[in-house]
Amino acid sequence: MTSKEEEKSWKEISIAAVCWKPNTEFLTGDWKTYKPVRDPAKCTRCLLCAIFCPDGAIHLKADKNDIEFDYDHCKGCGICANECPVKAIEMELK
Amino acid sequence: MFMKSVAEQKVLALNGNEAVAYAVKQCDVDVVAAYPITPQTIIVERFSEYVANGEVETAFVCTESEHSALTACLAASLTGARAFTASASAGLALMHEMLFVTSGCRAPVVMAIANRALSAPLNIHGDQSDTMAQRDSGWIQIYAENAQEVYDSVIQAFRIAEHPDVLLPAMVCLDGFQLSHSMENVSVLPDEVVKKFVGVRQFPKVLTHEGKLAPLRLDPENPMTIGPVAFPNYYFEFKRQQEEAMRKAVEVIRQVHNEYARISGRSYGDGLLDAYYLEDAEIATVCLGSTAGTVKAVVDELRAEGVKAGLLRIRAFRPLPVEGIQKTLGNVKAVGVMDRSMSFGGHGGAVFHEVRHALYDLDKRPMVVNYIYGLGGRDTNLTQIRAIYKDLQEIAQKRRVEAPIKYVGLRE
Repeated sequence: MTSKEEEKSWKEISIAAVCWKPNTEFLTGDWKTYKPVRDPAKCTRCLLCAIFCPDGAIHLKADKNDIEFDYDHCKGCGICANECPVKAIEMELK
Repeated sequence: MFMKSVAEQKVLALNGNEAVAYAVKQCDVDVVAAYPITPQTIIVERFSEYVANGEVETAFVCTESEHSALTACLAASLTGARAFTASASAGLALMHEMLFVTSGCRAPVVMAIANRALSAPLNIHGDQSDTMAQRDSGWIQIYAENAQEVYDSVIQAFRIAEHPDVLLPAMVCLDGFQLSHSMENVSVLPDEVVKKFVGVRQFPKVLTHEGKLAPLRLDPENPMTIGPVAFPNYYFEFKRQQEEAMRKAVEVIRQVHNEYARISGRSYGDGLLDAYYLEDAEIATVCLGSTAGTVKAVVDELRAEGVKAGLLRIRAFRPLPVEGIQKTLGNVKAVGVMDRSMSFGGHGGAVFHEVRHALYDLDKRPMVVNYIYGLGGRDTNLTQIRAIYKDLQEIAQKRRVEAPIKYVGLRE
């Protein structure tokens, strides 16, 4: 948690604890112990890893034909490596 | 003053549970999720018949537990649906965690509770231990005196809970068996009158993470996250908002009650407190729920004998109408608060705590004592209530309280 903002009063904030700003500025990627590393030669660009990522931390590139890991938000859970049908993703000690 | 719908009502023979089901049928409810438990079961059983007969357009969800039932209602409510459930005793206790999540997410779920004792030892009969144990869960609590008021309160509860200034879940409490299973004449409004009265849900706008102002509900067109997590720097602020909503609910309960009185011809005090012969009362009791009927009969007898006796029935226990309690009881000499539940190790029962506490700030305050009664469905009769008033007369005369907490109908 690396964000510091001006703290608002109870009269100024949304009710029901509705989030009034995105959480992307909280760089939670430092929680991980292992990080996913892909072998582009093995990867078939099937994009299953991006679908399975529970944190939305595998982004599609602009042309949508390739992926990139968002290490600022990836928690290192390893689901992408587990789901990859051609075992193109390895989990490496950070 | 009254509208023509007053004369368009018909009288049905309904027990308290059936009165709930009938009211819910008329309230255009989108989702009912529930799990059976005595003495509530008839509510959902009757409602499931309405669903099976095609009399309502309600998604009916049978869940595996009360915890899941309330969770389903919460989720439905957050999408903008009108949701209802019912429970009692152990079922309500199992919902405990989700009661707080529902109020924290400001989901206006309405739930009927057929009040029942808590185990152990197991007891299926009526007392108010179950809802009193949930009084800090952020839910509005309305206690009804008879089956007619049960019907009226359920209809009002949707309006109160969904009011944009309130947006809190609401419980309508009816004493198990005394109300849930006792058949009475109940006047019901025409379907279209109730439908118009409850109206459609309104959603206040909130600021979302996309920087947009959007109606508070889960909608793919306006994504938002409701009630996920708040750290020490914000949690406290959200809790303060809930307290503000409760304070605003005091006025909303009064307004909705008054508006309903015009279409139905029925009213219950000011909607929060039902004061019976309190204007000049020297001694008075305070109670919730069906016991008030018995107490009123005793007050009538005492008044005929020239005793200045009165009763304050608390209809809305959450939010507690503090000013009303001060105003109605401030000039009484001795007040006996009747509790149909215990707060083990506390100084008397929950209602006693709150009523005595509300009166503390007055310069001149009555003496206030506690009578605990009716646990596990034990009957409370006219003779016992008369004895309470006699006790209060002595306290008022002596100006001294010897025993602040007494048990009524207990074998010593």
